Amino acid sequence: MSVAASTSVAVTLFILGAFILLVLNINLIALALQSNLEIAVFLRVDTPRSQALALKQQIESLPKVKEVELIPKEQGLKILAQQLGDEEGLLEATGGVNPLPDYLRVKVEDPAWIGEVAAAIQNLPAVEKVNYGQAVVEKLLAILRWVRYLGVGIIGMLVVASLMLLMITIRLAVYARRREINIMKYVGATDWFVRWPFLLEGLFIGLLGGGIAAGALLWGYTALTYKIKLSLFFLPLIEDKTVLKFTALGLVGGGAFVGAAGSLLAIHRFLKV
Amino acid sequence: MFLFWSYRGWGRGLIQFFNVTKIYKGDIYALKDVTVKIDKGEFVFLVGPSGAGKTTFIRLLFREELPTKGQILIAGRSITRLRPKEIPFLRRNIGVVFQDFRLLPDRTVYENVAFALQVLEVPPKEIKARVEEVLAQVGLSGRAHLFPHQLSGGEQQRTAIARAIVNKPRILVADEPTGNLDPVTSREIISLLLDINRLGTTVIMATHAWDIVNSLKKRVIALDKGRLVRDDKEGVYGYEA
Repeated sequence: MSVAASTSVAVTLFILGAFILLVLNINLIALALQSNLEIAVFLRVDTPRSQALALKQQIESLPKVKEVELIPKEQGLKILAQQLGDEEGLLEATGGVNPLPDYLRVKVEDPAWIGEVAAAIQNLPAVEKVNYGQAVVEKLLAILRWVRYLGVGIIGMLVVASLMLLMITIRLAVYARRREINIMKYVGATDWFVRWPFLLEGLFIGLLGGGIAAGALLWGYTALTYKIKLSLFFLPLIEDKTVLKFTALGLVGGGAFVGAAGSLLAIHRFLKV
Repeated sequence: MFLFWSYRGWGRGLIQFFNVTKIYKGDIYALKDVTVKIDKGEFVFLVGPSGAGKTTFIRLLFREELPTKGQILIAGRSITRLRPKEIPFLRRNIGVVFQDFRLLPDRTVYENVAFALQVLEVPPKEIKARVEEVLAQVGLSGRAHLFPHQLSGGEQQRTAIARAIVNKPRILVADEPTGNLDPVTSREIISLLLDINRLGTTVIMATHAWDIVNSLKKRVIALDKGRLVRDDKEGVYGYEA
């Protein structure tokens, strides 16, 4: 029974910890993107090279634009092939036609002007799509808001479930020792003398759950970030030991809190001292 | 708070019931308007048919229940007005013995008696001394390491009595202590209670054991349907067995 309660606490806290780290990472990525001064301009796939070059010059002449670089579709294909590992195979699959568009990499003087410049470029002919950090950031933040709502909701329910499981466990413990408790009362034990072993039991269950969650999270997060770094190496991820340590400690503390709270609730309701 | 309990009041009219009435749910009158005074050092039999209110009387004494009406004073202090956290200190001065012994089955005789002191956070060395003293007093020195299921009924009750007196309470309350015992063992238990009484402890014993009551000529308080019907200084049982 205590195992069940500990597990429940562990799962709850693990999800809480994962959630926290996810939010922190998304924030970090958003921040990094925001300071990115680049705008990626994707041209329509069938745009002739000459028009692309003309567009390049046109954008260069725009105010606040620092420099523009053209990445022709052949190069794009090469980069993609490198990442995927099979160039010939790709071209075959698409029937010998390069599916990628030309793309222009536009550098802006100041991040404050990105929005403006991007909007201006959007209106130019042959421009299919304009991507820049801000848009992605805004999308990310919107996702983040949803993740937060969902996360808080799920975690809230899990906390309630864990508390209830803990309460039931303590209640069982109280029931199992009711003879002793009765005699303790006859003999003149103070209320807290009767209560504290149950409080300790709840605390222990909570700490155990918190410890397991912290350990699992640390291990899982380190493994995950390692894997991510291998493929998406440009992604900024939180690896600061202090942050991780604090999160882990927070989880253990959270476990202790849930444990103590659950057992105090159970004591209050089921232990008539 | 517990300083009070150990000094002033214990000398005088130890237990006083004033117009005590206890009504349970469904208008069941367990006790009706009971007024009685018990002095320090007395040995009192509490008799009456089943349902007369003897057990209720006892439960009111150590504040397991509160009277619906009336006042109960112990050592001059109202126990009805006690705050919940003061109740343990009242109970440390009242030893209780039950018909069904109420020992902890997974502990030895020694541990059962020591339990009463551990609960009061008495230091271990002192516990050892007191437990051994009290086990000698009840005649169980040689059985200290046994478990309740290994003891006879009489031995179990003696363990219970040892536990009840190990903290040297002023009052010893026994609710039909010989109810589960044969006549010979019963007499041994009574004898033990008389010894304890002789050492100064006030003893109140609820009982159906009419032969014992009749032979001892101690004070008899008789209850019937919740009322106090008789209070004789050297009483007899007075009911049909």
